[in-house]
Amino acid sequence: MIDLSINCELVKNILVRFIKSEITRTGYEHAVINLSGGLDSAVSCALATEALGSDNVLAIRLPYKTSSPDSLEHAQKLIDQLEIRSVTIPITEMVDPLINLFPEMSKTRKGNIMARQRMIIAYDQSEEFHGLVVGTGNKTEILLGYSTLYGDSASALNPIGDLYKTQVRQLATELGIPHEIIDKPPSADLWVGQTDEGELGFTYEKVDQLLYLLVDQRYQIQDCIQEGFEEVFINMVVNRVKRFQFKRTLPPIAKISSRTIGSDYLYFRDWGT
Amino acid sequence: MKIRIAIAQINTRLGDVPNNLEHNLSIANQARQENADILVFPELSLTGYSLQDLVPQVAIRPSEADPTFKLLLQASRGIDLVVGFVEEDARHRFYISAAYLSKGDVVHIHRKVHLPTYGIFDEKRFLAAGDTFRAFDTRFGRIGLLICEDFWHVSSPYLLWQDGADIFLLQSASPGRGITEEHIGSADWVETINRSYSGLFTAFFAHSNRVGFEDGLYFWGGATVYDPDGKLIAKGPYDQEAITYAEVDLNQLHRTRARLPLLRDERPEIVLHELGRILKHD
Repeated sequence: MIDLSINCELVKNILVRFIKSEITRTGYEHAVINLSGGLDSAVSCALATEALGSDNVLAIRLPYKTSSPDSLEHAQKLIDQLEIRSVTIPITEMVDPLINLFPEMSKTRKGNIMARQRMIIAYDQSEEFHGLVVGTGNKTEILLGYSTLYGDSASALNPIGDLYKTQVRQLATELGIPHEIIDKPPSADLWVGQTDEGELGFTYEKVDQLLYLLVDQRYQIQDCIQEGFEEVFINMVVNRVKRFQFKRTLPPIAKISSRTIGSDYLYFRDWGT
Repeated sequence: MKIRIAIAQINTRLGDVPNNLEHNLSIANQARQENADILVFPELSLTGYSLQDLVPQVAIRPSEADPTFKLLLQASRGIDLVVGFVEEDARHRFYISAAYLSKGDVVHIHRKVHLPTYGIFDEKRFLAAGDTFRAFDTRFGRIGLLICEDFWHVSSPYLLWQDGADIFLLQSASPGRGITEEHIGSADWVETINRSYSGLFTAFFAHSNRVGFEDGLYFWGGATVYDPDGKLIAKGPYDQEAITYAEVDLNQLHRTRARLPLLRDERPEIVLHELGRILKHD
């Protein structure tokens, strides 16, 4: 039995203080979050509300014409429950002119354009609202590279990036997230009928257990086979994690001087705060 | 003799010595007004922990000539202080150090010996390692200082014990790890170790750990003081700044060691002999 259960109260307390610390130490008081209606952004939003107070959190709803009506409705339910500020900005008229230039455009390209447009709006609103963009990427999707680079992966701080999807779900219950949000199949909602598990080809429950062994517990592949995972599945996941390493790092800078940002010019972001 | 030990668990500003100094001094003033005899700050209380390339910029020398230490030494006239800082030696090597200050004097400096360089830690890349464990005399008895990773090696408190330390003052900047149990995993370990040492060495163990965040790392506080019976006599809160006061009855050393003469019966000459043999065979 591979147990991914967490002490939700402990985790909540740490993450709430993390958000408060990282936002206020830079002189801000506000958080801006793209609220999709899904689980991850709901959890980030609830944590930010607890950290900063409901007046200091702005939830942004960014529907595209094909977005599921459930997404908007679930986001609204959370906004009402948390009593946070919100704004709704449809993105169809912003992204369609680009999409229409390329009639053969793939679903992936369209999805990436939508994700990046949403990022543009979040950062624009953060300037207006004098806040920082709070991220919503969980550990599973970060490891699997299941996000759009500079799209939904972009943020100023990410409270839930060290929690696997199944752990985010546990935390959601502790935070009182509406059960419709917790229970529905996870989806990026970039096209009709899209689900994470359908697109990835496996369940979060299964892949989280494997990733937990490989990453957190430092198991070797042979150990994972002994734990009952199929070798084909393990290799597929391992290769996927490796392939998307580039999404987890800043772009490499060609080192040609005597001191180079990122390689031998090293400071924490919280320098001086 | 009874003494009052104060453990400060504070947040720091990364790389901002003047700001941290002001904070350290204000805590010292508060602890003095609360009649504490000794005040222990966490590791690197004057600089913050994750310094990387800030190390040479924040390094200072522990003497009256240094403007930071000048003020700390002044404060030490009213209360003994254990502060944490980056020390630059005469040949410009940089250490994580702890200074024991009393009555305007630098009584002792301990340079962190064990520099963790694995996982989230990268100390050896930026810092030089100390190479001594020495106990030292104070007006309250003989004391030993250890900094964080130092006390994950059982030989460190053992050597101080054999060098006469009865009061162990420990400093940490311990990042929290582990979210499955009732408390932070790393906190559980540190408390278990402190309690075990106090019982095994029949001595007082006081531990100060900082609070706050540096990038994604968070520090959990949770000051503890254990007596020579392994009994918890003071405990600070987790996760928030606090000063925790412990009433330490030094006569407990007499009572515990009368009952349990582990120090009397220890055989350091066997340790020395056997280590000589073991190291020769290597």
